[in-house]
Amino acid sequence: MDSILTWIAQNQQIIYIVILMIFVGIEVIGHVPSVLHTPLMSGANAIHGVVIIGAIIVMGKAESDNYLALVLGFLAVILGTINVVGGFVVTDRMLEMFKKKKKNG
Amino acid sequence: MELSILTFCYLIASVTFILGLKMLSNPATARKGNLVAAAGMTIAIIGTIFLYEEEGVKLGNYGWIFGGIAIGSIVGTLAAKKVKMTAMPEMVSMFNGMGGACAALISIVEFNHLVHAADGDLSAHIPTLLIILLGLIIGSVSFAGSMIAWGKLNGKIKDIVFPGQHLLNIGLLLVILALAVYIIGWTPANPSVIFYAIFAISILYGVFFVMPIGGADMPVVISLLNSFTGVAAACGGFLYDNKVMLTGGILVGAAGTLLTILMCKAMNRSLTNVLIGSFGGGHKEAGPAGTKQQGSVKEISLSDTAVVMAYASKVYIVPGYGLAVAQAQHACHELEKLLEAKGVEVKYAIHPVAGRMPGHMNVLLAEADVPYDKLQEMEHANEEFAGTDVVLILGANDVVNPAAKTDPASPIYGMPILDVELAKNVIVNKRSMKPGYAGIENDLFFRPKTSMLFGDAKKVLQDLIAEIKNL
Repeated sequence: MDSILTWIAQNQQIIYIVILMIFVGIEVIGHVPSVLHTPLMSGANAIHGVVIIGAIIVMGKAESDNYLALVLGFLAVILGTINVVGGFVVTDRMLEMFKKKKKNG
Repeated sequence: MELSILTFCYLIASVTFILGLKMLSNPATARKGNLVAAAGMTIAIIGTIFLYEEEGVKLGNYGWIFGGIAIGSIVGTLAAKKVKMTAMPEMVSMFNGMGGACAALISIVEFNHLVHAADGDLSAHIPTLLIILLGLIIGSVSFAGSMIAWGKLNGKIKDIVFPGQHLLNIGLLLVILALAVYIIGWTPANPSVIFYAIFAISILYGVFFVMPIGGADMPVVISLLNSFTGVAAACGGFLYDNKVMLTGGILVGAAGTLLTILMCKAMNRSLTNVLIGSFGGGHKEAGPAGTKQQGSVKEISLSDTAVVMAYASKVYIVPGYGLAVAQAQHACHELEKLLEAKGVEVKYAIHPVAGRMPGHMNVLLAEADVPYDKLQEMEHANEEFAGTDVVLILGANDVVNPAAKTDPASPIYGMPILDVELAKNVIVNKRSMKPGYAGIENDLFFRPKTSMLFGDAKKVLQDLIAEIKNL
């Protein structure tokens, strides 16, 4: 219990970020029209691909004889990249329609 | 110096994520918003590869890192480019699962590091262990759940409902919780066994969590799992004291949760209602009501349809999932142009949840270059149906089912629908009399104003175009 309280005290900066980000996240998409639900979900999906950074760190830190870390890290980098790249590309494809709308309007 | 540059990179990336999401929620800026976030992500990734250091040591294994990124980029791009418009929702689910799996793998590696570093005694590392476990559990559930959702949307996995399912789910969740408390509170001598048990049960929970939920509710589930993965990514942010992972993860976690609720609202249902799966329960009750097919359906021939439509002054097209399946959006646009050339006013009525996802129909019709101002939202279309001569329903079912207004026993009761019956004629194109995704009969098909035009949407539309040209 003590260690958890100390941890909270030591990491208060991070905890503040979390709380503020929750409000920002809710505030930022509060007025989205239902037409955009799917592209927005897809875009958010690409953004949580930021987990790739963790995968890169795992991979980059792995000692050359630690096969578990090497293999799992490598797999994590691949999966994370698929999430990021695929996510952004598919969102862009979904949103192509709004480019055309501008031409018409 | 280099670390400060990295910090700055992360700051830029965090800001682009927030801006990106903000722009994504406005039609005029959505596309740019996606690109802004992608640019920020690129900066964060490149910065991490070249500038990150831990206790003065830089990252190594560049070959592995670049190899992994290359493979991932090629697979991701190809998958995203090749996927058909109709299959996009399941693609998003698949990508989401990849992110979840990535988070779970990071947790596994870090756990092994921790056990190794702590030399078996984990009691000094409780907070770290807690975060690793959180990342593992949420990541695994999100991965397994997304895969099941993906399978359901492309029809590989059927809804499986059995008695006691919810008890089993709660049981699994309790076991995960108990094991997690055990590994943290009692720090057993051999934590690895329990750690991997938690991993396995989390995967199992993810599977059983999504299994009973009806296919029509998958968008909501994917959105929910999407926010799960966000939280799992944020766990990585805690682990490495990495602000960009934290901001990105929590941002998506919060926005995803709100988006899930908004999607539920568009269907006039609550989240618990979706998750506890009253669709499954209501299904059986609706059985007897569904079997009483009143009267018979009236079929209409292609040439009759052609005449009715060509001499109408105002036509509304109601697209649904059937249109997407048949890839009939181009034929649909052609019909619209042909009718307009004959002086018929043609518009599209878009139900907020038509198709498999909100916005599905807009994306699909935009692909066929249908002008955006022809798409009318439900409220507006409902006002105009009274002055409409023909409503042509293309592969939509539940969104025009009058039972949503009249039958309190119906599982879709309370969902706002398109009041197509206000129009003079309703022509329904379907492949067969099979019920829609909610699995319930549609009284609309038996109404006197309604005529049925059976067949694949694309084939029917092409034949219809030929007929109208011959008039």
